[in-house]
Amino acid sequence: MTAPVVMYEQEYEQIKSVIGRLCQDANAKFVFLGDKNGQQIGAHGEMINLDITSLASLTAGNVAATDGLAHLIGERGFPVLSHEGEHDNMHISIVASRVILVVIFDERSSLGLVRLRVKRATSELNSIFDDIETKISRERDMGLSLDSPFAEITEADIDALFS
Amino acid sequence: MTFINYASREINCKIVYYGPGLGGKTTNLQYIYDSTAPQAKGKLISLATETDRTLFFDFLPLDLGTVRGFKTRFHLYTVPGQVFYDASRKLILKGVDGVVFVADSQQERMDANIESLYNLEVNLHQQGYELKKVPYVLQLNKRDLPNVVAAEELKKELNKNGEPTFEAIANKGVGVFDTLRAVAKQVLLELRKNSGG
Repeated sequence: MTAPVVMYEQEYEQIKSVIGRLCQDANAKFVFLGDKNGQQIGAHGEMINLDITSLASLTAGNVAATDGLAHLIGERGFPVLSHEGEHDNMHISIVASRVILVVIFDERSSLGLVRLRVKRATSELNSIFDDIETKISRERDMGLSLDSPFAEITEADIDALFS
Repeated sequence: MTFINYASREINCKIVYYGPGLGGKTTNLQYIYDSTAPQAKGKLISLATETDRTLFFDFLPLDLGTVRGFKTRFHLYTVPGQVFYDASRKLILKGVDGVVFVADSQQERMDANIESLYNLEVNLHQQGYELKKVPYVLQLNKRDLPNVVAAEELKKELNKNGEPTFEAIANKGVGVFDTLRAVAKQVLLELRKNSGG
């Protein structure tokens, strides 16, 4: 099985700060960051009733399907997707090859402004994800086992989840 | 691919229900959804055709509780079973942590089971996985129907590596949670193995 994706406290705080600032600078309603497997990484914004878990899964499905379409016509991928609605719009882009950045915005912003702000945020996020990669490979090279909560899990712990 | 978030103390795993069309994959998820407390589940999303055949996937997020201080969340997906949706099936297998194969026990679906299991092996292989190494559970569904193949015969044909196998009647809930528990257990034990435990 592939090694788990890991998020540390320090980088998590940095990511939260980047997407918070992006939300503000782009005049957006909501900014969301998830991975290509449909897992949520972080979110910021005013849409309090938004089902973020579903957003994560559907966005990942959307990106995967669009990538499939790109391959069919000989493209490597479509790194930016844009959906325009009656009131709200969605700008979806790929960061660090495997993370999906979603910006939801309305008439208070514009596609041009969102694109501009996403560009800056993407560069900051790329650097944070590079740091995470470096950290993980350094620990792996040094033979350090990550402090996994599952290293000492027992079958009784697992059975308790279903009791 | 498991996602461990040390900051929010959450762990997310992805389980995919695979198998031939109309075999009961969506029914498994529907039963889990109907029998789970509201606080433990998210929305059940079905991307289906107008005739309720799965078009892309069904998705159900499930909170199983806390293990060693980490909130454990399983994301359950189904694939469309119909042969011509193979491109969608490949996409959904990306980053999978555990697989449930839902076989249709009816005699006339035997070939479809074999075809789908072969397709699973091929598609996993393309994603860099081996069926024998991925946490995997076999479910023999529709055991209440009159024209079923004997369980032993099905096992002989479909059980590849001595994986846990459960007889089920998914629309009545028989075997549904046994299957889920078995695959979840394998996924978590695999995590322990990978973390040196």
